[in-house]
Amino acid sequence: MSAETLEKPRAEAPPPGPFKEVWLAFAENKGAVAGLVVILIVAFVAIFADILALHSPIEQYRDALLAPPVWQDGGRWSHPLGTDDIGRDILSRLIYGARLSMVIGTIVVTISLAVGTMLGLAAAFLRGVTDIAIMRLMDVMLALPSLLLAIVIVAILGPGLFNAMIAVSIVTLPHFTRLARAAAMSELTREYVASARLAGSGPFRLMFVTVLPNCLAPLIVQATLGFSNAILDAAALGFLGLGAQPPTPEWGTMLAGSLQFVQRAWWVVSLPGIAILVTVLAFNLMGDGLRDALDPKLKR
Amino acid sequence: MLRFILTRASLIVPTFLGIMLLSFVLIRLVPGDPIEVRMGERGITPERHAQLLHQYGLDRPLWQQFASYVGQVARGDLGVSIITKSPVIKEFAALFPATLELGAAAMLFAILFGLPAGIIAAVRRGSVFDHTLMGVSLTGYSMPIFWWGLLLILLFSVELGLTPVSGRLAAAFFVEPKTGFLLIDSLLSDEKGAFKSAARHLILPTIVLGTIPLAVIARMTRSSMLEVLNEDYIRTARAKGLGTFRVVALHALRNALIPVVTVIGLQVGSLLGGAILTETIFSWPGIGSWLVESINRRDYPVLQGGILLVASLVMLVNLAVDLLYGVLNPRIRR
Repeated sequence: MSAETLEKPRAEAPPPGPFKEVWLAFAENKGAVAGLVVILIVAFVAIFADILALHSPIEQYRDALLAPPVWQDGGRWSHPLGTDDIGRDILSRLIYGARLSMVIGTIVVTISLAVGTMLGLAAAFLRGVTDIAIMRLMDVMLALPSLLLAIVIVAILGPGLFNAMIAVSIVTLPHFTRLARAAAMSELTREYVASARLAGSGPFRLMFVTVLPNCLAPLIVQATLGFSNAILDAAALGFLGLGAQPPTPEWGTMLAGSLQFVQRAWWVVSLPGIAILVTVLAFNLMGDGLRDALDPKLKR
Repeated sequence: MLRFILTRASLIVPTFLGIMLLSFVLIRLVPGDPIEVRMGERGITPERHAQLLHQYGLDRPLWQQFASYVGQVARGDLGVSIITKSPVIKEFAALFPATLELGAAAMLFAILFGLPAGIIAAVRRGSVFDHTLMGVSLTGYSMPIFWWGLLLILLFSVELGLTPVSGRLAAAFFVEPKTGFLLIDSLLSDEKGAFKSAARHLILPTIVLGTIPLAVIARMTRSSMLEVLNEDYIRTARAKGLGTFRVVALHALRNALIPVVTVIGLQVGSLLGGAILTETIFSWPGIGSWLVESINRRDYPVLQGGILLVASLVMLVNLAVDLLYGVLNPRIRR
């Protein structure tokens, strides 16, 4: 019996609903709220990139090669954050890059969350050979550094943004599978599952209607952190020349080959990295906050 | 204890077989068969193609091919690089010390700064130091390290001129490779200044590769320490009148270290992943840049062998951590 059932029910103020309760716990964490705000801004920029960007991300302004940002000598307002080596407007590329990063995150997390949850639930429900086969496969995948595995998958599929997203989805799969399996296994021992079974629920109803909703908390947290992983890994692949290909304004791809401008144009080197760092940091902050808010074990 | 070791060790056998299967399947997923891949652009007549397929046993059923691959691996034969024609295992052995030197330096850096920082943050919970450290470490954890490397080069190499941009040693020196670890080799040689040069080359890559482990270790040490500091036996030790230093360093730290050791072990895998990026940025001649080059050159035997070796390494380190965990924490020895 848990401590809550022993507590006397309070007569005053009814308990807040589940969403409000999570929100209240989440809102206490200032970092998490800051993360959420940054994510909303990035999402806004991503959605309205066409309106916000001054230039096309791939148009080359031959008269303004490596123009510095506006606050430096020689900077001009037509290119507020300067231009790269072939005269493309950095700010516009960063804005369209935000769209790419959000799309990458969304697709990767959707694929790995859906497939990983299915595999995890299947392993937990079917046990036996299926369980062993799935979990051994996940162990093998975890034995390889995730970036190396992603590189290998891209080497097989061929470089490109789409293949990079598939590679990163596969690489992040084991985390979701393990979490879903562990959560489902612990739920399966509960009495409400047994009673649902006795009431005649079929395996699919049991799996998706009875058990899955109670496994969501850790999966939601992992999905948020999965966003940051996806953006980082996709950028790393882009940097290595295996992800999005030029002239795609992906943040990691923008950094590939920028080493040669280290001495002449710091803005070409630093700005895309700041964009990656800030976005990834925001997702990590929010993930931490969500974990504290959703995980009942850490709740005071 | 022996039983514990044997059970844990036997658990890695299926994983190892799985890794072999993965590296075996990989080369067959690449478009074109291994002969075409090996011949590259030159092309080949259909008769010669069939002859070579037979010669390499590639016309046999897949399970037979896999069995003979396992046999080869068991004999230490990981194939021959298409480009350099030298055995993969030999190339790996020649380059591995460079990665090990960098990885060890990065880990040392991470532990040296992460552990004390985490402990101080836990002891002074809620202080400015604590908040700053948590902010900085989450930033470090979110860092795209390839960019971090570029940034450090921009600052230390370009602006301040303090450190070299790439490689392991200035071209002026020649150090005979004895151990493969340049810091040691340069000390053994009579080249003056070689050690200093090797150390200066090592600094930036170490910081870049060590940043994420540093952040992870600091966070883990803090949270594990906080948990232990709430235990009754700590209160007892305090009640006995022991000073904060004794309580923290002698009583709490021992138990707080257990999960930290695990986390340090688990970082080895991501350290090897990070080495791929770090070595690429700094042209560090190690395993990471070797693997990336093998992909760019479509040198599949190198990729196949390299994956097998890296995965086995990670697996063995994880096993070692598992065993060490059992030694540190007798409760899990069942």
